[in-house]
Amino acid sequence: MMIRITKQYYGDFGESAADVSANAPKEIIQATSNIGHDWPLWEVFIRSKQGLDHKHVGSLHAADAQMAIENARDVYTRRMEGVSIWVVESTYIHASNPDEAESLYDPASDKAYRHPTFYDLPDAVKHM
Amino acid sequence: MQIHDLEKVFLDKIEEEIKIEPRDWMPDAYRKNLVRQISQHAHSEIVGMLPEGNWISRAPSLKRKAILIAKVQDEAGHGLYLYSAAETLGTSREETINDLHSGKAKYSSIFNYPTTSWADMGAIGWLVDGAAIINQVMLCRTSYGPYARAMVRICREESFHQRQGFEILLVLSRGTAEQKAMCQDAINRWWWPSLMMFGPRDGESTHSDQSMKWKIKRMSNDELRQKFIDMIAEQVKVLGMTLPDPDLKWNESRQHYDFGEIDWNEFWNVVKGNGPCNKQRIEARKNAWDEGAWVREAAAAYANKKKLKTNNGLEAA
Repeated sequence: MMIRITKQYYGDFGESAADVSANAPKEIIQATSNIGHDWPLWEVFIRSKQGLDHKHVGSLHAADAQMAIENARDVYTRRMEGVSIWVVESTYIHASNPDEAESLYDPASDKAYRHPTFYDLPDAVKHM
Repeated sequence: MQIHDLEKVFLDKIEEEIKIEPRDWMPDAYRKNLVRQISQHAHSEIVGMLPEGNWISRAPSLKRKAILIAKVQDEAGHGLYLYSAAETLGTSREETINDLHSGKAKYSSIFNYPTTSWADMGAIGWLVDGAAIINQVMLCRTSYGPYARAMVRICREESFHQRQGFEILLVLSRGTAEQKAMCQDAINRWWWPSLMMFGPRDGESTHSDQSMKWKIKRMSNDELRQKFIDMIAEQVKVLGMTLPDPDLKWNESRQHYDFGEIDWNEFWNVVKGNGPCNKQRIEARKNAWDEGAWVREAAAAYANKKKLKTNNGLEAA
């Protein structure tokens, strides 16, 4: 078996290593692929301390919501990074389309008067 | 938009240091390159648990045992952050893990070396994690958003790994003659493989050019390696130990350490699967995966049953 690997280093290996799979013993491939499908993917949101918003921190696979929360605890709060966890199945997240960003956010771009710095006031006016 | 317009938008973003996010258009080759690099980085974290996991039951004190467990647990977490980042590019987790088990995907060759004494836990933390950190700090500025965010999280957690490793060696270096010898022996065995972690020399690194243009990588293999050597050559003095390279010498005009030639034959041999532990590592991974199959199946069955119950309950109401 001729394995051709042109390049490999930490975190960046040669993609011609893909050739290897065709030559790998069949039983290995079968043994690892008859396990069944992935558990659903969940997005994880953590409140880092009371008074702050929950913030997206990452995602993980879990069979159900309870397992997702427990895994999120183990993965994302090992150093007391959170006091509250939200999980939601990724399939329920709806996102805006980045290709439509221009038209979607266009209405805000010419309204400088919505910002306090738009207004010129004399220096004598304090605390405003 | 035409493909070349999309490509221009993409390249402009790279140029302006605007991160690429999962739903943005990106060239296929950029996606493929990232999937390869991120998943192999993830596999390295996962396989990296094995040489250290072997020492949890043999740690010399309860304190060291607790530290080692925490470190190995971190590595599982780091694998997860990276698998998640790879997944945002459209590959399934199952596919990624199968590629590791079938040998299609690679992981860092460093984990194909055996850990033969407790001092190796120190040398791995100091040298192997030290080399990884140099690479990972650079990757915090990589152009793909989810990868960069995973790296920031990892770097935040990783610095204790290097410090605990150095501390293990520091304690040994102040111990008995036998402990000092253990310390030096571990450094001797891990030094060269650690330098190989940065990959082939710049001229022989085929993906590097494109990765640098796309700002996936921000520094070359040789630059990173030099940075590592300069750092370690100073730190080893604190241990009162030496690095196993007679050519290692401060070069006043370069303001860097000169160093000897890496054994590239050994490097390619281990890459090609002929390292001391290549087979054991993959075997251990596959066993863990196969022996855990019933747990995954049971959890899935339980979740299904609960879902059915909830649905029936709703219909009845």
